[in-house]
Amino acid sequence: MNKTNAQFENIAFRRARVRFGLTLLGVGLLIYFLFAVNTQPGVRTTFGLNVSGSNALMIPDLSIPALNVVHGMVALAVFFGTFQLARGIRSTGVLIAVIVATFFIAFLSWAAQDKSFNLVGMLNSSLVRATPIALAALCGVISERSAVINIGIEGIMLVSAQTAVVAATVSGNLYIGLVTAVLTGGLLGAMHAHLVIRFKVDQTVSGVAINIIGAGVTSFVTSRFLSQNIDGLNNSGTFPVIHIPLLSKIPVLGPVLFENNIIVYLTILLVIAMHIMLFYTAWGLRTRAVGEHPKAADTLGVNVYLMRYVNVIIGGMIAGIGGAYFTIGSVGRFNEMMTSGKGFIGMAAMIFGKWNPFGAYTSSMIFGFADSLQVKLQILRVGIPSEFLLMAPYIVTMLVLTGIVGRANPPAADGQPYEKQ
Amino acid sequence: MSERPTKPPESIQPDDAAKKKETASWRQSLLLPALAVLTGLIIGGIVIVVSGGNPFQAYGALFAGSFGTPSDFFAGLQVYFATGESHDLIRSLYPFTESLVASTPYIFAALSVAIGFRCGLFNIGAEGQVLMGALGSAYVGYSLTGLPAYIHLPLALLGGVAAGGVWGMIPGYLKARFGAHEVVNTMMLNWIAFKLSDWLLNGPMKSGFRPVTPNVLPTAELPRFFADPLRFNWGFVLALLVAWAVYWLLFKTTLGFEIRSVGANPDAAKYSGMNVTRNFVFVLALAGGLAGLAGSAQVLGVDHWVGQGFSAGYGYDAIALALLGKSHPLGVVLSALLFGFLRSGATSMQSMAGIPIDIISIIQGLVVVFVAAPAIIRWIYRINIDTTGDTVLTRGWGR
Repeated sequence: MNKTNAQFENIAFRRARVRFGLTLLGVGLLIYFLFAVNTQPGVRTTFGLNVSGSNALMIPDLSIPALNVVHGMVALAVFFGTFQLARGIRSTGVLIAVIVATFFIAFLSWAAQDKSFNLVGMLNSSLVRATPIALAALCGVISERSAVINIGIEGIMLVSAQTAVVAATVSGNLYIGLVTAVLTGGLLGAMHAHLVIRFKVDQTVSGVAINIIGAGVTSFVTSRFLSQNIDGLNNSGTFPVIHIPLLSKIPVLGPVLFENNIIVYLTILLVIAMHIMLFYTAWGLRTRAVGEHPKAADTLGVNVYLMRYVNVIIGGMIAGIGGAYFTIGSVGRFNEMMTSGKGFIGMAAMIFGKWNPFGAYTSSMIFGFADSLQVKLQILRVGIPSEFLLMAPYIVTMLVLTGIVGRANPPAADGQPYEKQ
Repeated sequence: MSERPTKPPESIQPDDAAKKKETASWRQSLLLPALAVLTGLIIGGIVIVVSGGNPFQAYGALFAGSFGTPSDFFAGLQVYFATGESHDLIRSLYPFTESLVASTPYIFAALSVAIGFRCGLFNIGAEGQVLMGALGSAYVGYSLTGLPAYIHLPLALLGGVAAGGVWGMIPGYLKARFGAHEVVNTMMLNWIAFKLSDWLLNGPMKSGFRPVTPNVLPTAELPRFFADPLRFNWGFVLALLVAWAVYWLLFKTTLGFEIRSVGANPDAAKYSGMNVTRNFVFVLALAGGLAGLAGSAQVLGVDHWVGQGFSAGYGYDAIALALLGKSHPLGVVLSALLFGFLRSGATSMQSMAGIPIDIISIIQGLVVVFVAAPAIIRWIYRINIDTTGDTVLTRGWGR
């Protein structure tokens, strides 16, 4: 019995259909037993739609009856679950969106019942918190598209965060800090590239070494220099918020998207630029060829080593911007280990985003959302210990990696050194 | 990729040639780590100079802090022979024994990473596993009362092994079942372990007002060899025994052969009928258990309680140690001793020469680079080091 490819695909699709259908029904049950049972009838939840100090036009806040909305979400999840089991929806993206949306709307209605919850503020902080994760993910995308795994993103970001704040404080100019961070990231990227391409060091080992050295160097510099002279070396201030004219006036969208600092805008521009570069230019075609089949690319005259060097160094520069975000982009000073695993979370975002710039950015948003949610929930005093809320982004990362939400294929030569023959 | 040409049957006197090759490879295998450490120390010295310190003073303080000073020892000896008072003598041994105490968790943690490498798995979660092991041991150590030491102590150790083992098994299972990359997962579990321990220390396991666990009962403590300032205890002996056991497991049992086969070539292992995924789960659980023992030994032998910031980077240091020791238990023990002495001496270097202790992390990172890139060492020292036959450590995104 030889089954054709199409038949196999069909079987896989049917399996995924049943799995997603059952997941949706499970989400419905979960919402009912976790939230609907514990929601007081007749209580309203208020979602704030304005941010103080914003340019946007004021609009009235959204007030909803909590219990009705929770019940509505149960119904929605069950409806989609049954529909999925019976007919099936081809797009996994839609399914994931339904799962996430029903669960979180119900969750927020429950958590903030009888209180007010600033929705727009949280969406904005999701975007801001997603920024370093997205930059780490973009760094991963660009180097892994040329088949070099970079586990050292965390270390690169940590070191550039420090050089950024020191350069910005000493020179008194934040842009000099940003440029320094980019150069630092590029330098460390070059080091990684040189180790794995020229010296054929195991890519994971080289990355881990960068992480160890990064943690060591930054802690060393902090305790030897920065802690003695905080105002002279480690107090730079942060990039101001740039209000984009007109667009920032739009309610809801304005405060979320168009009132951010330069690094957030830069990230969005980078996502677009990288997408165009990867998929619409000769350089992108060569990069992908090097990542998928280096031997073929080499045969056709592409310089495999050069492509990898360039990509890993550009990746390092992007991670450098991510590092700058931590200091001159958000708090204005450096603390030891302040990246707290964001580099690794970025790698998960890259995998979840299927090695695509836009995918990586969207999945970074999910992590940013989880991250800002735990902050807001601590303020709301939901009866969950804050430590467990702090675990959320890490647990989400692990769930993503299990590939429950669909397996993606990395570039075929990812992680393998290339030996010219 | 590169094809190895089949060599003609070589040498007229096979015994002699083989012997020569073996001694050469022994020297080779020591040469690379030694030069790597030396280079790391030299660059560390340069960093010290650049940051405005005196490397000779710093390394002098490091040495005195890790081995003690001979003059103190002889003075103590004199007092002992003259009066029979052993206090000064024992006191002079303090730095040396303290270095052995510092090495103990490194041995366990580095064995944990090493056994992962042998199976082609990169366990960077030793840090979290150490912490979970410490919490597990502490819990068994203070909560069970009325047991004799010969039952309580093994139970407390087992508590650490179990807690660390579970923490290792999770990424093992996720890798085996879903192909999720263990590097990211073990890293995420580190952070989860930190948060979990914050919660435990501020809630269920809190004693009094500070976020620390209660002291473990004396029946659960690893006995110490000397009177009080010296904290040298049976944990060190246990570490050596466990290292031997790991050696035996890896090189003298079928299971060990399977583990190494999976590490060397998972496809070949699979086609010869070995269960690759089961080996992944088993090895990461075992690695977790070993790292858990690092926490246990520290809690039951030295600290007797767990507080916030317990695990001082053992897990990350362990990566460097496993690489330096070429993932061989003997090499691991030697490199753990080396870095135990460095770490322990660095504390007095910090207080005497004002050089932050983090310089050791820099040196460690450099050592990792040099061990992993023999080409650099070859290039610096213009020597020929044979590195064929080293195991491939990791490969791609878990395919």
